[in-house]
Amino acid sequence: MTGLALLLLPLAGLAWRAPWSRLPELVTSEQVLTALRLSVTTATIATLVSLVCGVPLAWILARSRLPGMALLRGLVLVPLVLPPVIGGVALLVAFGRRGVIGGWLEQTWGLSLPFTTAAVVFAQAFVAMPFLVISVEGSLRTADRRYDDIAATLGASSWTTFRRVTLPAVGPGIMAGAILAWARALGEFGATITFAGSFPGTTRTLPLEAYVAVGAGDTDTAIVLSLLMIAICVAILVGLRGRWVGTR
Amino acid sequence: MKGTRVALVAGVGVLTALGLWWWNGNDEYPSTDEEASAEAGGTVTVLAAASLTEAFTDLADELTAQHPELDIVYSFGPSSTLAQQAVAGAPADILVTADIETMDVAVEAGVVAGAPEVIARNTMALVTPADNPGDVRGLADLARSDLRIALCEPKVPCGAKADEVLGEAGVAAAPDTLATDVKEVMALVTLGEVDAALVYRTDALAAGDAILTVTAEELTKVSTEYPAALLVQAHSPQAARLVMDAMTGEVGRSALDTAGFAEP
Repeated sequence: MTGLALLLLPLAGLAWRAPWSRLPELVTSEQVLTALRLSVTTATIATLVSLVCGVPLAWILARSRLPGMALLRGLVLVPLVLPPVIGGVALLVAFGRRGVIGGWLEQTWGLSLPFTTAAVVFAQAFVAMPFLVISVEGSLRTADRRYDDIAATLGASSWTTFRRVTLPAVGPGIMAGAILAWARALGEFGATITFAGSFPGTTRTLPLEAYVAVGAGDTDTAIVLSLLMIAICVAILVGLRGRWVGTR
Repeated sequence: MKGTRVALVAGVGVLTALGLWWWNGNDEYPSTDEEASAEAGGTVTVLAAASLTEAFTDLADELTAQHPELDIVYSFGPSSTLAQQAVAGAPADILVTADIETMDVAVEAGVVAGAPEVIARNTMALVTPADNPGDVRGLADLARSDLRIALCEPKVPCGAKADEVLGEAGVAAAPDTLATDVKEVMALVTLGEVDAALVYRTDALAAGDAILTVTAEELTKVSTEYPAALLVQAHSPQAARLVMDAMTGEVGRSALDTAGFAEP
């Protein structure tokens, strides 16, 4: 019961203090809609990036017998436990205009990442991809490998096997991982504000907008943004968990 | 099963005891304060604008050297956040904000005891990384879209002042990021991630050689006042009074002077 109270009381507090009468006006304000649109777009792109890069990575981690896999897995999962601000500092030091890679990018190609929408996606993918990787790796490990072997003996190339046999078998795991990654990307704050900055329309996502509202003493907007985030998260967890992740 | 239940009861018991102790402790505060008032010692918690970090750290060092019984604890941050915390009943003794408007929020909410006193004034400065990669020469350069520019969020004091300066100079700035406090902006300049920024003059001074300050005539026309006030929820009003007096007195003046704040 105490656990339940600890988890639910803050939410109840938000609902209690929420400016319900001004809610429709605040939720549809240009400021909130801009942040919402940016958040949904960047989180979706970050999830796609995570899928493209993370699924092969999970496959390597689950199937490779090369030495050093335990270390590689540890490194890949670091962003899971790293404070996001530290992740942002790492991104800035690497990809900032004075950073190791960023400096080269700017001088050679005239590309600069920080303070752009691309930087938001970078930061989100950095913290969200490990969620996808562990989820996919887990289902790859529990999937029956014999089907892969049979496909191979029937003459399928390893790419065909991966595409036609392995992927469908771990589909639910990938879906669950993608949803987790999307939710994590949507909630990303620390790495974003450190690496991408905060400017309306380009880098100021929902969590950043809430932070700015708190910093500026605009409690009503902060509460409305918090409720919006919670509503989105609950919708994802309730609506999709039973379908893709739950044991039923 | 039985073991779990015993543990549960014990846990609830301990929590209740802790809660009661805390509750009583809070209730008894007035009486302990009266005892403490004789020597005005104790912990004084000050919510102070981020731009005061250097000056107030000096002030605390100086003051606690004179009064070893005093313990000064600071919480530096954006003035607007601090004012909200004070209104929400944060366990603090003194609030110091970077402009009058923000202090008024606390005054109107009735959490300020007595009238706020202005302790210092500050102006804005145009700063760039030490090597000035964007070749910034004046305020007009803040409108250049090829430059990376950081400002404070217009809803916090340093952003409001930045807007005022830009308005005064007739410059439509093209910022790339808006931070919630001036220290965040300074970090971006020091790191070299932005080409130009508007910060307080005192923050520019504190950064020393790490950055370059570009002089502009328009900058001197806008200034901001720092009011300090005792809070009604102060736990040690006597000691807090002593700290307030130091802020407006000689010790405070010299620390604020060194940091580059102008007299009120």
